[in-house]
Amino acid sequence: MAGALANQIIQGILLGGLYALFAVGLSLSVGVMRFVNIAHGDLIVLVSFLLLSLTTKLGVPLVLATVIVLPVTFAGGYLLQRLLLQRVLGQSVLSIVLVTFGLSVIVQNALQGTYGADTRLIPGGAIVTATIHLGGGINIGVLPLVIFMSAVALVFALDLVLYRTRLGARIRAVSDNVASANLVGLKSAHIYAVAMGIVGVTMGISAAFMSVWTNFDPTSGPSRLLVAFEAVVLGGLGSLWGTLAGGIIVGVAQSIGAQFDAGWQLLAGHLVFLAVFLIRPQGLFPK
Amino acid sequence: MRASRKSISAQREMRVTSANSHAPLLSVERLSVFYDQFRAVDAIDLTVGAGEIVSIIGANGAGKSSLLKAIIGQADRIEGTIRYDGEDLAGRTTPEIVAKGIALVPEGRRLFPSLSVEENLHIGWEVGRRQGLGLSEVFDFFPVLKERRRQKARELSGGQQQMVAFGRALLADPKLLLCDEISLGLAPVIVDSLYQLIPAIKQRGIGILIVEQDITRSLAVADRFYCLLEGKVTLAGRPGETSRDVVMQHYFGL
Repeated sequence: MAGALANQIIQGILLGGLYALFAVGLSLSVGVMRFVNIAHGDLIVLVSFLLLSLTTKLGVPLVLATVIVLPVTFAGGYLLQRLLLQRVLGQSVLSIVLVTFGLSVIVQNALQGTYGADTRLIPGGAIVTATIHLGGGINIGVLPLVIFMSAVALVFALDLVLYRTRLGARIRAVSDNVASANLVGLKSAHIYAVAMGIVGVTMGISAAFMSVWTNFDPTSGPSRLLVAFEAVVLGGLGSLWGTLAGGIIVGVAQSIGAQFDAGWQLLAGHLVFLAVFLIRPQGLFPK
Repeated sequence: MRASRKSISAQREMRVTSANSHAPLLSVERLSVFYDQFRAVDAIDLTVGAGEIVSIIGANGAGKSSLLKAIIGQADRIEGTIRYDGEDLAGRTTPEIVAKGIALVPEGRRLFPSLSVEENLHIGWEVGRRQGLGLSEVFDFFPVLKERRRQKARELSGGQQQMVAFGRALLADPKLLLCDEISLGLAPVIVDSLYQLIPAIKQRGIGILIVEQDITRSLAVADRFYCLLEGKVTLAGRPGETSRDVVMQHYFGL
């Protein structure tokens, strides 16, 4: 029993890595750029479908397809911010919620129109089924392990960019006060667009992993958004490592919940979120 | 900030030999600044030369800050022309204007509170002309900032924050420095130390435009002054040639 519990916790931690991958981009936009992107999950699903086309229609290997897609997602993020989101940023909080909600609806329907409503999965090859046996009933999938390590690496890299580089300082300066940034001569619209380009790259990476590990369809976005939100809020706004911790907490809660009853998986995650949120509404590691 | 001493001196020589050295560095002609229908500045003329200190004095709401905002490219709507270094600034954005060598020490300091002292200062270099004066020279001006370079700006005292705002503007290597109410809310001893730096900045050939409510202090340091009342220039001259009573009359519009 103890072995089974340990196994569930380990599986939960690894699942948390995937959630952290979804959430880290949202963490940047909510915690640093200070706006809520309702379309975050849908944009990740959109990239998954792009990868699906590249791999199954054109026969490009998934790793190569991801390398091709990342510059596209950076440019997409940049242009989305520059041409659309920047226009409503700084107005009421409601405007940006409505705009990104509209974007969410458009993306979902465009995907349904193009690809149909079928559930998809990109074949990942041998890595998907490869398992490391640790004994004592604990088995670790190679793919979940790779995803978890990628999440840690991504959080590490983003934290470095945001808090140790000049670009990061500029992004935080605009985040501190847009009017002051404009007054001293920072190109705040460009800087935020670059930040959103970085968010786009995180979307591309998480889309690649998600599309081989879990099924997706054109309406998968909102449920991913919900989990990502929980990870961001649990971890504390603006803290990227906190988002990783938040993702792991939700992952472990779901994994243990599923142990009792399959129907409890999602609910357990939400309940733990709610409990922590009630005790520490500012999150675990707020900046 | 990585420029060598050699290139700094070469650059100074260029400034001296530049063809339009006799023309004022900044010349504002019939400038009006509007906020919606309200005219904050009303058709004023003003010049600042290289290495010249010019004070703008006037009561609250006289249009002083609006004038600076217009020069730096942050006013809603302007009429008239602002010529700087032989070029019309019409249609230029703030980043372009700052990169050409106009730096502002804003009212209320406007630091980025979550950034470290060093990060705040470095932003000044990034947006500016990217040459000339470096971080080490700013630390020579303000030794206390060197000790606190890793601290967040919000953890500093008001006077230290004003030093960072000053240093940030200097790191842009400006030809024209705009100072907006730098004495506001600070202890007199701190204000004294800030004003003692102004002549050293002037020595570098930088033109300085000072906006200040503290008439005594701003006239003491100025080569010339303009008195603003309700958006109009009511008096202009040299501090030594105008009696204090006359200045006060125009300041209050008596």
